[in-house]
Amino acid sequence: MDKLKKITKMKLFLPIFSMILVMMINVIYDIASGNPPLSFFTISINNGILYGRLIDVLNRGSEVAILAIGMTLVVSASAGTDISVGSVMSLSGGLCCMLLAGYGVTNVSEYNVPLWAGMLAGIAIACVCGLFNGFLVAYMNIQPMVATLILWSAGRAIGLLLCNSNIVYVRVPSFQFFGGYCGIIPTPIIIAAVCVAIASVVLRVTALGTYIQSVGINKKASRISGFNSAKIILLCYVICGLCAGISGLVATCRIYSADTNNIGLNMELDAILAVALGGNSLGGGKFNLAGSIIGAYTIQAITTTLYALGVSSAQAPVFKAIVVILIVVIQSQPVKDYFKKLSAKKAAAKEAVQA
Amino acid sequence: MENNVVLSMKGICMTFPGVKALENVDFNLKKGEIRALMGENGAGKSTLIKCLTGVNKFEAGEIYLDGIDGPIVNKDTMDAQKKGISTVYQEVNLCPNLSVAENLFIGREPMTKIRTVNRKKMNEMAAKLMKDLDLDVDVTQNLEEYSLALQQMIAIARAVDMDCKVLILDEPTSSLDDNEVAKLFGMMRRLREQGVGIVFVTHFLEQVYEVCDGITVLRNGTLVGEYSIEELPRVKLVAAMMGKDFDDLASIKPEGSGDKSKEPLVIDAKGLSHAGTIKPFDLEIHKGEVIGLTGLLGSGRSELARVIYGADRAQTGTLKVKEKEVTIKNPIDAMNLGMGLLPDDRKAEGIIGDLSVRENIILAMQAKLGIFKKIPMAKQIEIADKFIEMLQIKTASRETLIKQLSGGNQQKVILARWLATNPDFLILDEPTRGIDIGTKTEIQKLVIKLAEDGTSVIFISSEIEEMLRTCNRMAVLRDGSKVGEISGEELSQEGVMKAIAGGAK
Repeated sequence: MDKLKKITKMKLFLPIFSMILVMMINVIYDIASGNPPLSFFTISINNGILYGRLIDVLNRGSEVAILAIGMTLVVSASAGTDISVGSVMSLSGGLCCMLLAGYGVTNVSEYNVPLWAGMLAGIAIACVCGLFNGFLVAYMNIQPMVATLILWSAGRAIGLLLCNSNIVYVRVPSFQFFGGYCGIIPTPIIIAAVCVAIASVVLRVTALGTYIQSVGINKKASRISGFNSAKIILLCYVICGLCAGISGLVATCRIYSADTNNIGLNMELDAILAVALGGNSLGGGKFNLAGSIIGAYTIQAITTTLYALGVSSAQAPVFKAIVVILIVVIQSQPVKDYFKKLSAKKAAAKEAVQA
Repeated sequence: MENNVVLSMKGICMTFPGVKALENVDFNLKKGEIRALMGENGAGKSTLIKCLTGVNKFEAGEIYLDGIDGPIVNKDTMDAQKKGISTVYQEVNLCPNLSVAENLFIGREPMTKIRTVNRKKMNEMAAKLMKDLDLDVDVTQNLEEYSLALQQMIAIARAVDMDCKVLILDEPTSSLDDNEVAKLFGMMRRLREQGVGIVFVTHFLEQVYEVCDGITVLRNGTLVGEYSIEELPRVKLVAAMMGKDFDDLASIKPEGSGDKSKEPLVIDAKGLSHAGTIKPFDLEIHKGEVIGLTGLLGSGRSELARVIYGADRAQTGTLKVKEKEVTIKNPIDAMNLGMGLLPDDRKAEGIIGDLSVRENIILAMQAKLGIFKKIPMAKQIEIADKFIEMLQIKTASRETLIKQLSGGNQQKVILARWLATNPDFLILDEPTRGIDIGTKTEIQKLVIKLAEDGTSVIFISSEIEEMLRTCNRMAVLRDGSKVGEISGEELSQEGVMKAIAGGAK
């Protein structure tokens, strides 16, 4: 009983609980439809690559997981969200492909510039976008949603402009590698894992976490205590841009083309949702990166589950919304209070019986 | 219910995680009575009031209110207000970005026939209310345009206007100057005549004896006693609050510590200014000197200090720190030169509410070290424990969130934050505001100890007595400019008053 209490008190309990909830739906469905009950977790190797629903969740969830890193920091430091990340993904992929293929060319099988140059440019433009957003928020005091609304609409359009309104295909194996497989493991999984690992190491060995949370909780007091609040906020937006850039390149490599109209479309909402599902307040302040990452994969797990259940991609958003509502309500304060009261009553009743 | 009693609380108990906040506390208030609720920080005054107004849920006890049968439990402050209990809290809890009129009538706006807010009528009513209370305020301006003092007065006006039986004033005077306090007392006396019962929470002993009819004293969450004002002279009151005899404050300054003018200069400011807040001033501060800034509220005391510290950037003039000319653009520059600032608005500029006591203590030290040199956890714990012990900070643990501490203990944490950086020059802006008398003495003694160890201190306070006890020299400010300095023989209550009023050169 005490052990159970300890577990439910853990900060990550609810995000993990939500994740398990989604997995349980899979198990129940599999039992109902006569599949082996644990087929969701079954990983096999087909044609030399890992295969299974769990792998699919990890693979497809990579982009949102990477975005969630940056989004968590932005939410914490500025009590606002960066809604431009989806567009920035598309812009970063667009610039990279445009450089690799050459302007106006829509289909190449060898690089116009070295691969590293194209990728670096893609990531660099994303960082510049972050810098722009951060400047508006931190130094011009514009509300985050309004400030990032600019690139939300313009980012994708610039990407389209760069690609001359075409879908630019880069049919080179070394490009496809980043959206394909590294040995038997999907490369995006590795990229996401590396990003998460770097982020957690940075938060552990530097005081960045304290800086960001302090600024997010009380900007004025942080400044008096010697933090450069504006710089910290700017930095968070640049990191968020960087994450959007990496995520955009992963999405682009996956389809080895810059489909600027569709890459990262509505992805900003998933990233924000991931932060919220991770138990983080969108009002800024304290954050929990692990929660956001779990949140990101939970979202992907919901989508994958729905497809496995045979829900069409057009109807999926409805069911996704229902699951999200459930998860958010479970994590809400009134429900928490209700359960607390319930367990207190139980304990009181138990005591009364024993007496 | 007895005759004349408007409010009666019996056997109130309440626990916070790890701390027994209230234990079996009674509180009685008559009609037309002003009753002081006294006690040190953490004695449970604010908690008791929050139990009454429904902010905190108490575990045991009963509350009776005149005109209502049986015990009442307020669900929230709205509920309490409907029953006739209005509160003005220690910190102004209004909406700064709404107009004064909107703040006054929030939740009870006059309506038009089609159920929209009748702004014209609302503004008229607000203007009349302000005029009745002799406040010079444009009710259509946003609340944030006005000083903290005026905001407080508006908060009180709002509470007064809602036909209340019980008015609770939680530290209403801590940000008011003498004039405004007199005005407030006038308002309180008028309400007393109308039969309103007033609960007055304050740390200013003089004010208690000026305006109150009775005193209820709490200590460590328990009731010490309920007295009439005649029964409890000042010394006895202090003894009741502290549970021991009053440590005489008059003699904390060591003899012969007056003149520090031969010590090396730490701060040498020439013609510093910041448009709109402080006109150009010169100021010299020597090593180990405590210099007081005095003047009426809004005279530029805080603003002068903020310019030196870089909280507001100096627009003219030069600043020399330890004989070297420097430019300070941001607080961090000042900190790297060995400065620290304890701001007057603790809630807005002092505490990082959602961080723990430990994190709040190491904050400035971490900022000085920079982002890449994280203080190891073991070291953080060591520092936090050291200061919790040294300043006797009352907290359930070092990991408790600072917002859960009482005001005085929060202040100690902020003080610890600066002491941890080993400052050469410390600016303390109202360090004892809203703090009980015992802690006040501790802080004053600490300031003198720091000065003995060679730290220079700027000490800003609204209480002249307190400054006389601690300062070697005082700078006098009036209407945003420094008008003179007083030291030596002139350092007396009378001398300072004269200087503030305009008698000095």
